[in-house]
Amino acid sequence: MQAFATHTGIAAPLLKDDINTDQIAPIMHSRSLKEDYKAMLFHRARQREDGSEDPDFVLNKPQFRTAGILVTGHNFGAGSSRESAVWSMLANDIRVIVARSFADIYRENCLQNGVLPVVLGAQDVDAFIARVVATGGSAPFTVDLLTQRISGPGGPDIAFEIAAADRTRLLEGLDDIGMTLRHMDEIVGWERRAVAAQPWLQTTQDSR
Amino acid sequence: MPRTLFDKIWDFHCVGQRADGRDLLYIDRHVLHELHAHHAFAQLQRQQRKVHRPDLTFAVQDHTVATKPGRDDDTNPSGTAFIKAMREGCARNGIRLFDVDDPEQGISHVVAPELGIVLPGATHAVPDSHASTVGGLGALAFGCGTSELAHILVTQVMAQKRPKRMQVRLDGALGAHVNAKDVALRLIAELGVAGARGYAVEYAGAAARAMPIEQRMTLCNLNIEMGGRSGLVAPDETTFAWLEGRPYVPQGALWDRALAYWRTLKSDDDAAFDRDVALDCAALEPQITWGTDPSQVVGISGRVPEPAAVDPSRRAAAESAFAYMGLAPGTPLAGLPVDRVFIGSCTNSRLPDLHTAAAVVRGRRVAAGVVAMVVPGSSSVKREAEAAGLDRVFRDAGFYWGESGCSMCAGGNGDRGRPGERCVSTTNRNFENRQGPKVRTHLASPATAAATAIAGRIADVRQLLAGAA
Repeated sequence: MQAFATHTGIAAPLLKDDINTDQIAPIMHSRSLKEDYKAMLFHRARQREDGSEDPDFVLNKPQFRTAGILVTGHNFGAGSSRESAVWSMLANDIRVIVARSFADIYRENCLQNGVLPVVLGAQDVDAFIARVVATGGSAPFTVDLLTQRISGPGGPDIAFEIAAADRTRLLEGLDDIGMTLRHMDEIVGWERRAVAAQPWLQTTQDSR
Repeated sequence: MPRTLFDKIWDFHCVGQRADGRDLLYIDRHVLHELHAHHAFAQLQRQQRKVHRPDLTFAVQDHTVATKPGRDDDTNPSGTAFIKAMREGCARNGIRLFDVDDPEQGISHVVAPELGIVLPGATHAVPDSHASTVGGLGALAFGCGTSELAHILVTQVMAQKRPKRMQVRLDGALGAHVNAKDVALRLIAELGVAGARGYAVEYAGAAARAMPIEQRMTLCNLNIEMGGRSGLVAPDETTFAWLEGRPYVPQGALWDRALAYWRTLKSDDDAAFDRDVALDCAALEPQITWGTDPSQVVGISGRVPEPAAVDPSRRAAAESAFAYMGLAPGTPLAGLPVDRVFIGSCTNSRLPDLHTAAAVVRGRRVAAGVVAMVVPGSSSVKREAEAAGLDRVFRDAGFYWGESGCSMCAGGNGDRGRPGERCVSTTNRNFENRQGPKVRTHLASPATAAATAIAGRIADVRQLLAGAA
């Protein structure tokens, strides 16, 4: 996983609640094992009915085409667990998503891929959104995970909270599997105990 | 200290704690599907890592397989690469695959329970958000992403923060032709699409107890539609009777020992939940979605809401849904003409679902101009349905009778509606464009879907059947 320390980019406002993974990464775009994740991102929303680009969609607007920060509403990433909904952000160099809240699985998928999910307090998020909208893509914001601050045009730095463990994992780009493999002795020990306590859990036998 | 059932299962399976404070939770059964697994297989190969417990891992081909009779790897060309990569990955890693032509192929959330791969008190993971379907058997299940899937393959544990606990008490007895689908839709409407986010949900109460296992699975299946990753129903005699004799359950003396243990699996009487919710099910009528998220629900006698009646924070979403669905506020749901009906998916494709639908359809015809499909949840369900003559009932009425798979739920296999079509579907998500570009999906129960196919309009199954009596 790529580590995350700080990220500077244009912040694009996509101010809706409950944006789901079907919208972020449509399954009908999943046609091959090596997919074009860059093109997948909001594939449908980016297009008009005739297949041409929809100039009204925020990420199609000239000032937001290279956005590196997405700013959105409640329950971002609801729905399917498909990780392509995070990979498509990475493919577009969107490394930070600031939301009012995230769906559980989506947030986990972000952490697994070095995408920083930021949730701001209610007042801060209103203020930040106002600044993002007022800036209109004319200048970048910087999200610094070391100092846990967002800085940029239109006002003072905004502090954000993140669980210490999630922060460390992102800062160090830790290999999640590697972290767990250090516990392999405990895992094998658990298996041995389970064989005694609930032996049916440790075996799968087709009885036919 | 009194504990909930969730806590008991979690505590038993907690292997230890990682330096980052996450619990390492042992996964007893891991079931993969072809849409996501190939990424993990490729990752393992790249990292030269091995599958720790292939014997506790199973795999199915479900998301991309065609449902056309006589299908093969290439019937849905966009699925071929996924199907083949799955086959290779499973062979390389020694994983039992229920392949396209396997007599027990089907949707993971249907196959694993019906073969007895899922057990009460066991933990279960699937790289699919509807994993908690199997909570209907009293298993604690987690939908996960692809990175987590690879993590489980290598370590057999998930690194998780412990969620909070919610109890949903379902009171009263369900009326005729009202079932778990209606209960779940009403709950999502009440709690909202993020109402259970951060919680593991236990469904309790008289209505949950009275539900047969398949309905409990429907209930737990829809848990993610209110944001909850895990939902379960404590196992009871209904559960044990349902499981007994299934191929992968413990046999003989081991069954007796397991049974004695499973009978202890319940929340302690004075266990505290972080949130308690109750729903009176006695007065519930069949439910149906009118909008584009699963919380936009009304009773079958209801109308599309007026914007003023919608919570202000949800009003913009409602306005957008009116436009997408082509519905004006105040429009009654019953009577809306439909183009398509789909009965299937991990939500509602088990044998009793098909029996329920067939009972409505028997001796009737699908209305002219309506495309109606039944896709059984597994090849076993299909075979059993055919043995019971249900395929004839559906076919005689004009339904398409398909091979098993996820099919039109997400359209990953090419089964889709056409732009602008209105579709009543027994699936789990009415998101925009999910069942095909511009398709307008209304989620409902198998009984409502069947009645709608016959009427050609959204129908109250109770009226359709009363009219016949």
